[in-house]
Amino acid sequence: MYVYDDFDRAFIAERNRQFRDQVARRIDGSLTEDEFKPLRLMNGLYLQLHAYMLRVAVPYGTLNPGQLRALASIADRWDKGYGHVTTRQNMQFNWPRLTDVPDMLDALAEVGLHAIQTSGNTIRNVTSDPFAGAAADEIADPRPYAELIRQWSTDHPEFQFLPRKFKVAVTGSPVDRVVTRAHDIGLRMIAPDLFEVIVGGGLGRTPMIGKVLHPGLPAVDLLPYLEAVVGTYNLLGRRDNKYKARIKITVHENGLETIRDLVEARFAEIAPQFDGAATLAQLARLKRMFADPALDSVPDLPWQAARHADPVFRSWADTNLHPHRDAGHAIVTISLKAHGATPGDVTSDQMRLIADLAERFGHGDIRFTHEQNIVLPHVARGDLPALHRALKAQGLATANVGLASDIIACPGMDYCALATARSIPVAQEIAERVEALKIEHDIGPLKIKISGCINACGHHHVGHIGILGLDRAGVESYQITLGGDGSEDAALGERTGPGFAADQIVPAVERILSAYLALRQGRDETFLQAYRRLGLAPFKEVLYAA
Amino acid sequence: MTRDPIVQVVTANALIEGDVVYLTASGDWTRHLTQAIPFADKAQAEAALAGAGRRASEVVGCYLADARQTAQGLEPVHFREDFRRRGPSNYAHGKQAAA
Ligand code: HEM
Ligand code: SF4
Repeated sequence: MYVYDDFDRAFIAERNRQFRDQVARRIDGSLTEDEFKPLRLMNGLYLQLHAYMLRVAVPYGTLNPGQLRALASIADRWDKGYGHVTTRQNMQFNWPRLTDVPDMLDALAEVGLHAIQTSGNTIRNVTSDPFAGAAADEIADPRPYAELIRQWSTDHPEFQFLPRKFKVAVTGSPVDRVVTRAHDIGLRMIAPDLFEVIVGGGLGRTPMIGKVLHPGLPAVDLLPYLEAVVGTYNLLGRRDNKYKARIKITVHENGLETIRDLVEARFAEIAPQFDGAATLAQLARLKRMFADPALDSVPDLPWQAARHADPVFRSWADTNLHPHRDAGHAIVTISLKAHGATPGDVTSDQMRLIADLAERFGHGDIRFTHEQNIVLPHVARGDLPALHRALKAQGLATANVGLASDIIACPGMDYCALATARSIPVAQEIAERVEALKIEHDIGPLKIKISGCINACGHHHVGHIGILGLDRAGVESYQITLGGDGSEDAALGERTGPGFAADQIVPAVERILSAYLALRQGRDETFLQAYRRLGLAPFKEVLYAA
Repeated sequence: MTRDPIVQVVTANALIEGDVVYLTASGDWTRHLTQAIPFADKAQAEAALAGAGRRASEVVGCYLADARQTAQGLEPVHFREDFRRRGPSNYAHGKQAAA
């Protein structure tokens, strides 16, 4: 794993010292809120509905056990004993006091974590595949590239005041688990050290699927090319209208060809200033830091025996495991979606348990996923029964990954000041409903995603079933979209029609699920496949039939 | 049927705790909507808001919120204000913890 060097440490310590000073000056009145707000946002501190919120960056979602334990003790000491895993692989604390935040940041710095560039019009935390370095379907580990980009973008002097925020995602697998096509820039590895560059994707008010800007960029050119893209956007991006400021609009208004020409010209101009040999040497160093763990060979017998004897274990293994490149190992997804729980919330005790289990069984490697779960990427199959028992004891063995109750939900109006409706209770009720009906294993793969306003933090546009909470004349109302897809075949969902009241949205979702079960051509046809075959009409019928 | 009159209250978030507060008749901040001072008169409400807005070392983001004056006291009009006075619906971590 990447370890901070002295430069990183000194940089963070200095930023924390500055922020401590800024907080003091806000409290003693020498800074106004207008002056203080951009400063606190640069340090990941938001003001929500009921309290402040601190957003901690977890670079490409990768953590070690010490870091997770530090997050647990921060939750206990300064928050309410839990943290919230977000769709950008970060962790949010919902209840800090302003006066405690400098101490929280210092505690984070002790384990090499911070909250810098988790807000503001900067290049945000780079996201990556939570199965990086482990998945059987991977070409190569994307994290060395993600780290290269993190180093380049952190405190980049030219890119601290972009027209709008800028989000980059990197994947090393043809199976897209990072929604590259909904990012400002998505990088998809197509061969070792070669990337397809996707630009101008995004959700929010004007959702757009990203377009291919470069079909095959060699890794040595990554930094000058990214610099050319962000530089082009920095000049061209609209600063007159916040809603037209993201690069997706810049690409849309100017056309992909124009943007490509400008980027190529800028690239030709600046590439000579980049030292390609140094980039390659740095990449080689980073690849060594992310070297594969020494996988041990554990007897397979306990795995075979448990699969045979314990149906609860088998059900969990069927949903929560993903093939590891080593046949004797598995990638374990720990569901933070117990039926009825708040999606993405994890208590401090659970964090400590996961840290311990990662040390015992998982080579000390932990990932946060954008689907708001936690992954142990390298577990020997023979250790899975023991791992499962330990998780079960802490309510962490829900067997629902990829199923109807594995819902992404943004904080919505329970926390977020921008929300137009709640999302968490809708997720809780849908999960409880499918559990009561015992239908989710029969339904199979299904992604339900819920946002509490058009900013789309819950990715509803790319949910197979997307739900958007709105305020219709002072009443919560929920709009449904169907057929969205965040995978390599990315697509935006289509709106079914008028929205549903808060007490009608869960029955409406149930009608969609029943219709699918009745209409599918056998168990092998997933919800998304059935939707693509059938279109909106049969679902509209069950939704709106009087 | 008589309708409860709609009034306005001055509300904000406390600077240090970040939680929801309301202006009272004595010019203090309260955590409880029921203890807020109601303004029936638009100009008076605006004046109170302007005054509150200058107290930047105590609160952040002052605004006027509608409230209904009922026999049981002030009640929020919009659901957002209902959540603000009560706390989140998934845990009793907000004001409802003290209730
Ligand atoms: C106080 C809490 C939050 C605020 C104020 C907030 C605000 C926003 C805003 C304004 C946008 C739209 C930006 C634009 O299109 O330019 C946005 C997008 C987004 N937010 Fe949040 N957000 C919050 C919490 C969260 C949380 C908890 C998550 C993850 C669960 C999240 C994930 C995202 C994502 C993934 C997008 C991307 C949509 C896109 O790129 O088009 N946000 N957020
Ligand atoms: S989608 Fe809207 S309600 Fe949900 S977290 Fe984002 S800004 Fe808040």
